[in-house]
Parts: sequence; structure tokens; C-alpha cells
Amino acid sequence: MKEPKIIVCAKQIPDPEAPFSNVSVNVEKKEVVVDAPDVISPYDENALEAAIRIKEEVGGKITVLSMGRKVSDTVLRKTVAAGADALILLEDAAFERLDSRSIAFVLSSAIKKIGEYDLILTGRQAGDWDSGQVGLILAELLGIPSISLARSIKIKDDSVVVEKLVPVGYEVVEAELPALVTVSNEVGELRYVARTKMMALLRRPISIPKWGTKQLELSVEALNPVQLMELCPPPDMRRECVFIEGASSDEKAGKLAAVFKELR
Amino acid sequence: MGDILILVESKGGGLEKMTLELIRGAEGLAKELSTGVSAVVVGADTAPLAESAAAYGLNKVYRLEHTLLQGFQPDAWVGALEWLCKEVSPGIFLISHSFVGREVAPRLAYRLNTEATTDCIGLRIDPADKGLIRTKPIYGGNAVAIVKTEGIPQIVTVRKGIFEPAEPAATRSEVVSMAPPLDESLLRVKSLKTVEQEVVELDKANVVIAGGRGIAEKEDFEVLTDFAKALSKTHGRVLIGCSRPVVDKGWMSSDHQVGLTGSMISPDAYVAIGISGAVQHLVGMIRSKKIIAINTDLGCNMFKVADYGVVGDYKEILPALIKKLEE
Ligand SMILES: Cc1cc2nc3c(=O)[nH]c(=O)nc-3n(C[C@H](O)[C@H](O)[C@H](O)COP(=O)(O)OP(=O)(O)OC[C@H]3O[C@@H](n4cnc5c(N)ncnc54)[C@H](O)[C@@H]3O)c2cc1C
Ligand SMILES: Nc1ncnc2c1ncn2[C@@H]1O[C@H](COP(=O)(O)O)[C@@H](O)[C@H]1O
Repeated sequence: MKEPKIIVCAKQIPDPEAPFSNVSVNVEKKEVVVDAPDVISPYDENALEAAIRIKEEVGGKITVLSMGRKVSDTVLRKTVAAGADALILLEDAAFERLDSRSIAFVLSSAIKKIGEYDLILTGRQAGDWDSGQVGLILAELLGIPSISLARSIKIKDDSVVVEKLVPVGYEVVEAELPALVTVSNEVGELRYVARTKMMALLRRPISIPKWGTKQLELSVEALNPVQLMELCPPPDMRRECVFIEGASSDEKAGKLAAVFKELR
Repeated sequence: MGDILILVESKGGGLEKMTLELIRGAEGLAKELSTGVSAVVVGADTAPLAESAAAYGLNKVYRLEHTLLQGFQPDAWVGALEWLCKEVSPGIFLISHSFVGREVAPRLAYRLNTEATTDCIGLRIDPADKGLIRTKPIYGGNAVAIVKTEGIPQIVTVRKGIFEPAEPAATRSEVVSMAPPLDESLLRVKSLKTVEQEVVELDKANVVIAGGRGIAEKEDFEVLTDFAKALSKTHGRVLIGCSRPVVDKGWMSSDHQVGLTGSMISPDAYVAIGISGAVQHLVGMIRSKKIIAINTDLGCNMFKVADYGVVGDYKEILPALIKKLEE
């Protein structure tokens, strides 16, 4: 078959794995404040890894798409360092906090502008709103088959064969290309990118197109922000921890065993 | 406004507990809206499940039956449910945040020109416009958002354990057979085979012993298993769980994973070994009756939510503990 053109949708978000003591909620501004640098949403990194493995096996070209009000190419260049061929940023003030349909709509407009594609990969859910909708809606919008929760993805002739997680184990499914697959962490972590390689890449000029509503010929009225009525801090999860002290592991273990005996 | 519709799911031939929870949740909303609750059963042979659902005093139980609805083929299910919603125009459609629900809700919502909210932990009716107000944890559980969306039906998926399960009612529901017009061309994803693996049901355990990235070697999980064996002599069913990095490494299958994208459990005791306590993990085990943490880092988040903590290396603590338990 011809080499597949793969599009990976990657969202830039505040690090969702930052310790909860670094996260606070600004109730007035209805904003989550994360005291940690932005990252690529973790499942999107898994999606990129899946794409790179396909490229290693059958060749192809990987384009990464990232949309937001502000998207930083320093965060996203990592995708190129890891093995993506092109990066396109979709940036516009109107792209702030959109609902899932609107995000999918913007992504679909960009994909139509790119033109040809065989496989679209998204994460199973973005690590900020944990919504898990954009990929599936995007496939509906483009009128292509969708497969969710992939743990492995292979291209065979003109179709994609996916091992998809199901409650009893996994299911092997197949769809004709073009198709969309949402990726789960079981695919494996994004390969390590050496710092030196990252730095070299940051210095090398690469062309990173930026498309906004104008380039995509979108009307702002077609985009709906999330109707956020209120944002609250989470319920307090803290408990009073009794620390089990002891001079040796043996002593601690003895006291801990007593705790277990009491639980019975 | 039309009825509130709920999607029935089955487990081992009977009704899934989450479905009973949905019925209870829907009843509360229906009262506020002075409307009824109906349910839909999807499959190739829906009679038994429809009979079970009919015991819950619902307005109607729709049997959406077709050979293509055998098993769960998302394309067919979404197509059939789209057709049903157009036929019966529900005002609200409640779906469990289950494997099926996560896949069906977004696609169905798109086709019905509405926006779903997934993984809700609270639902109420806006007195002003009768819209469905949804409470949804975001950032893994670090914040709670209250949102609304436009469009009818109002579609949401609901997290497990948010409502008490409904009890059977005195009146039986009317069962209505519906024949959705489906054909093969709808199925764009072909199932080649399903590989069944042994799955642990962590929610059935009295005690869960969970290991995280702090466990240095795959072989070290044997010490956790020995610990589980020792404890199971006195503490009922003891099962092994883990945090996500353990699954990522391929050391354990995903059914062992506890957290936002794994199991959400509330055992009598949860023992977290080498798990730092990221919020996405905590939402899965925070309702455990007792939480015991073993960790080398005094400052880790797990100690902030634990009842008992041991600061130390599991490699030293666990063998000593097993010995003491067996004394
Ligand atoms: C959208 C999303 C969904 C997610 N869903 C889940 C989920 O369902 N479940 C889940 O678990 N995670 C989930 N995560 C990942 C989560 O954010 C954390 O990355 C993960 O829980 C960390 O696992 P950990 O605590 O085992 O590892 P770490 O955070 O690396 O912690 C390891 C701990 O081990 C301790 N340790 C090291 N050596 C020893 C030793 N010898 N003895 C004792 N202690 C030791 C360390 O002090 C440290 O506290 C999700 C993330 C995202 C973004
Ligand atoms: N702003 C965005 N830019 C690029 N991809 C996105 C964006 N939002 C969502 N996606 C993709 O859609 C997936 C699911 O997102 P969500 O439905 O928001 O949980 C993510 O894992 C991404 O792959």
C-alpha cells in the first residue's frame, strides 16, 4: 500500500499529574490554577507513540495538530523531536474553552484543509476535563469509522487493525482507511527524547504553520464555549494519618500487624 | 417534555447495578419535571432483560431488538439509539459512565445535535428553564465543574455509585417492542475476535493491596501476593491492585488498575505501597474504609489521605510484616 498519512491530535494542558497541593481553584474566575508547566496531554503522547511505531513499520508521514487559545511550540516541538514530521498549531482567541463539538469542529476544519489523510489518532480523553468525546465526535463529523480505547494499532493493506480494550479482555477489530482511533495508555509511553536532541531541535528553524479562524474560514458564532456555571474546589479528602514509628523495620512491622489485627 | 430515558446494561444475564442506580437517579429528576421514566434494552434477544427491567415501575421499557445488536457493536448500537430517540423524543437520556456509555454518549449526542456531559457525579433540574444541571469532576478530581448544555435530549453519562440502586416496584412496566431499521452497511468496524482474559473484580474484595511505581521489579509483586495470602487467612477476600504506571510497564493487566480510568472501589482496607497519591489514583480508592500507606517519602500525598502510614522501604517492611502476621 502507499505510505499512510497519519494525523495525531495533541492537546496542550497544565500538567494533570502535578501533586494536588499544586492545584487550586479560583472560584471567582472559574479557573483551575496549576502550579506546574504545561505538557502534552498524556494519552495524546501515547497516540503519538502509536503513530511513530506505525511509521517505523510501514513508513508514512505524521502531522501533529494542536488547538487552543495559546499553544506553545516549545511544549509541542517535543512531538517533532520524538518522530513527527510536521506540527500545525490552531491558535485563536476564539478557541478558548470550547465544548467538545466545537473542538471537534475546528479540528475537522483543519483536517479538511490539510486534505489527504489515512489515519487519525487521538487520546482516549484529555487530562484536563477528562471528557473523552472529541475523538469520537471528530470521526462522526468526518464520516469515517471510529475505534476507541486502542492498546495496539497496525496498518494492513488499506485497513487498520486494532486491539481494543473491552471489559473481558481485548477485541481485535478492523476498519477500512481512513479511520479514527482513540488511544489508551496500554499502547506504551512516548519514547524518550534526549535533552540534547530537544535542544538542537529548538534551535533548528522549522516551519510551524499557525491557523486561526481566518485561515480555517470559520465563523466565531459557530463555536460554543462550555457553559460553565460554577467551579468549586474538590471535597476535602484529607484524613488524620497515624504514623507508625519504630527504630527498625521489624518494630514497625510488628505495630502494623497489630493495626491489621484490629481491622478484622 | 418527553420521558426521561435510561439505557439498560446487563451483567451476567441480569441488570447491571449501575442501571439500577440510573433508575433511582432518573426518578428523582422525573419528580421535579413531573414526567415519567422509561428504559431501553438493546440487543439481539432482549426479552429476559426487558422483563427484569419491567419490575422497576417504569413508564415503558422499550425492546430495541435486531440481530445486528448482538454483543456490543458501537456502530449498530449508536444507529439504533439514534433511531429510537427520534421516534420517542426523550427529554433527558441518562447513560452509565460504563464501557458502553463512554462510547455511545458522545456519538449519539452528536447525531442528535446536542452535547453530552460525561462522568457526572450530580444532576439536578434548573427551575428556570428545566435544563439539566450537571456536576462533573475535572482535572482528575482536583476541581468540580457545574455545567449546562443546549439541545434535546439532554445527554449525560453518570459515574458508578452516585445514586443508591432502585428497588423493584409494585407496578409492572409496559414493555414495547421496537424494530430499528438497521442493515449491514451501518457496521464500519468489523470484529475479528475477542480474546478473553482472566479479570479480577476488585470491587468484590474486602482488602486491596496495591503496588505503584515505587515497586522496583516485577518480581517484587510476589511479595505483595505473599502478603495478600497471609492476610486472606483472617481478612476475607484480599486482591492485588495497582496504579497506572504498573499497567503501562505491562506488569499487570488493566483490570488491576485503581483510579479514574481504572476501578473505583471502597474496600474495608486499602493498602497503598509505593503509590504517591496522584488525584487520578485517589478518586478510585478514597472511599475505602481504612487507608494504609507504605512509602519512603514522608511528604507524599498518599499520607495526607491515609489513616495509617509507615515511612519506609516496602522491601524491608513487607517481609517482616508477613512474618508477624503468620506468628
Ligand atoms: C487522565 C488521566 C487518567 C489517569 N488515570 C489513572 C488511574 O486510573 N489510576 C492511576 O493510578 N493513575 C492514573 N493516572 C496517572 C496518575 O496521574 C499518576 O501518574 C499515577 O497514579 C502515579 O502512579 P504512582 O503513584 O504509582 O507513581 P509515582 O507517582 O511515581 O509514585 C511512586 C511512589 O513510590 C514511592 N517509593 C519509591 N520507592 C519506594 C520503596 N522502595 N518503598 C516504598 N515506596 C517507594 C515514592 O516515594 C513515590 O511516592 C491518570 C492520569 C491522567 C492524566
Ligand atoms: N484542543 C485540542 N487540540 C488537539 N487535540 C485535542 C484538543 N482537544 C481534544 N483533543 C483530542 O481529543 C482527545 C479527547 O479529548 P476530550 O474529548 O476533550 O477528552 C484528546 O486526547 C486529543 O487527542
